[in-house]
Amino acid sequence: MRQAFCNGLVQQALLPEFVFLTGDLGFKVLEPLRDALGPRFINAGVSEQNMVSVSAGLARSGLRPWAYSIAPFLYARPFEQIRNDVCFHNLPVILVGNGGGYGYGVMGSSHHALEDYGCLLTLPHMRAFVPAFDSDVSTMIPALMQCDGPVYLRLGLSEEPKGWPIPEYAPWRRLLRGNGSVLAGVGPLLGGMLPALQQLGEDVRPEVWLVTELPIADVPEEFIASVRRTRRLFVVEEHTAHGGFGQMLAHHLAAAGVSLDSFIHKHALGYVSGLYGSQKFHRAECGLDPASIVAAVSVQ
Amino acid sequence: MAGRPPGVQVQAEAAGLIQRAKLRLLEMHYQSKVGHIGGNLSALDILMSLYHFRLGPDDKFVLAKGHSAGALYVTLWTVGVLSDEDLRHFHGEGTRLSGHPPLQGIPEIIFATGSLGHGLSLAAGLALGKRLRGEGGRVFCLTSDGEWNEGSCWEALIFLAHQKLDNLTFLVDLNGMQGFGSTRQVANLDPLADKFRAFGVKTVEVDGHDVNSICSALESSDGPLAIVADTTKGCGVSFMENQMAWHYLPMSEEQYQQAVREVTECGKLSVTA
Repeated sequence: MRQAFCNGLVQQALLPEFVFLTGDLGFKVLEPLRDALGPRFINAGVSEQNMVSVSAGLARSGLRPWAYSIAPFLYARPFEQIRNDVCFHNLPVILVGNGGGYGYGVMGSSHHALEDYGCLLTLPHMRAFVPAFDSDVSTMIPALMQCDGPVYLRLGLSEEPKGWPIPEYAPWRRLLRGNGSVLAGVGPLLGGMLPALQQLGEDVRPEVWLVTELPIADVPEEFIASVRRTRRLFVVEEHTAHGGFGQMLAHHLAAAGVSLDSFIHKHALGYVSGLYGSQKFHRAECGLDPASIVAAVSVQ
Repeated sequence: MAGRPPGVQVQAEAAGLIQRAKLRLLEMHYQSKVGHIGGNLSALDILMSLYHFRLGPDDKFVLAKGHSAGALYVTLWTVGVLSDEDLRHFHGEGTRLSGHPPLQGIPEIIFATGSLGHGLSLAAGLALGKRLRGEGGRVFCLTSDGEWNEGSCWEALIFLAHQKLDNLTFLVDLNGMQGFGSTRQVANLDPLADKFRAFGVKTVEVDGHDVNSICSALESSDGPLAIVADTTKGCGVSFMENQMAWHYLPMSEEQYQQAVREVTECGKLSVTA
């Protein structure tokens, strides 16, 4: 996904307002962007607080800064800079966090981003984008370049199943039809579940919805209708329960008067066994792997 | 309010201006019953020098030490940006003028500050923005001395030096006092000017209550520039000078009257002959 990200930004390089800052990361990925932007590509060094405030100053000057780092270094370390300097002033700074969720795997807890969009969406004007596929990134970049306020872009690894017909980009997309429950999820991990879910019989197979923009808005009527019909909702996300998509959706449905017979939220649980491994390992410990999800939705 | 360094002929004017601002600052803080007067009095001569003798239409200013908002408001009042009415409501219910610089409503205030360690990076961003856009003018930023306890200040220093932001000048209001002790007692950084020099930043030291010295230093546009301004917390009011309490306390009526007397009687304020 980082490759798609870099390619998409290179295509925007002629835009004179576009400035890219990195917290000293991007080796073997961002070199083409560095070459394309010249003096508008700034390695701000290992200093995320300064990088975010500098970005606010650049945005205040009428420029369009993108600030990039490994996700937790970008949203947790400089949280106050994001809050006071970017969000309070509603400045169009695009914060790009690489490695959403357990993306950095065995690198350990310091490198994981389990509460990123939840924290950031408590701030005024902030919006979060969680592309699931490489093509989402390509679609988002030109739109984000025109955004009128702060944005958090959470990058991960595209888990697009081979040959899967991905619908045209929309913040809410139905990826699979079924008569079982309704399953809604955020970001790339949903892509990796599709083949296993597709194997289920039609009566058990959930209707699967992918969400890539938060906080949720413009929830499709079709989605609400499906939830009303099945009254069973699964939510999956590689993020903590607190501040996550599941809570947002439950709140939205409660306010809309949609009642459910069951609501099951699968989410990041931190470090269940105290052991470390790949992203796949941590997902499995949280019941976010395809086999666990298939088992969960198969229980009638 | 632009580019007119105070020669001998305008020193008297500067003294009169600053005395008027100081009296208004005291009145404002007395009426509002708020503290932070000590750090406002240490910063006032710097702010007045900037706004009356240096800042031009293409220049920008960031007050990193947001707790000196009172001095900034009074300075903006002296240049006609804020009204008497605005100052009267300082710190009150429904005021435009919060205890630290506000987010909106006053275009001259580019950033709402108040948490220390943000302003210099913001100013660096503005300076870099000017460079990338090919714009003239200069960016100025006033930090406190205690603020340099913040790691982010040093991040900003590394950045502005490395990026050679030659359109950026930052000042330090070196009054030697911070929240709960003197800067030497709490986290000694003396001599701060040498530390800036060690980072490769041209640094000058001035008397922060001498308008001529401040203005001479502000005239320089040679490289990123640090101006370490030696100041006195509570400057001009004997019982406030270098007293920790005046970082926090509001004035009683008796104290206010004494402060007004001292400032009024001190005809030679802020200007050297």
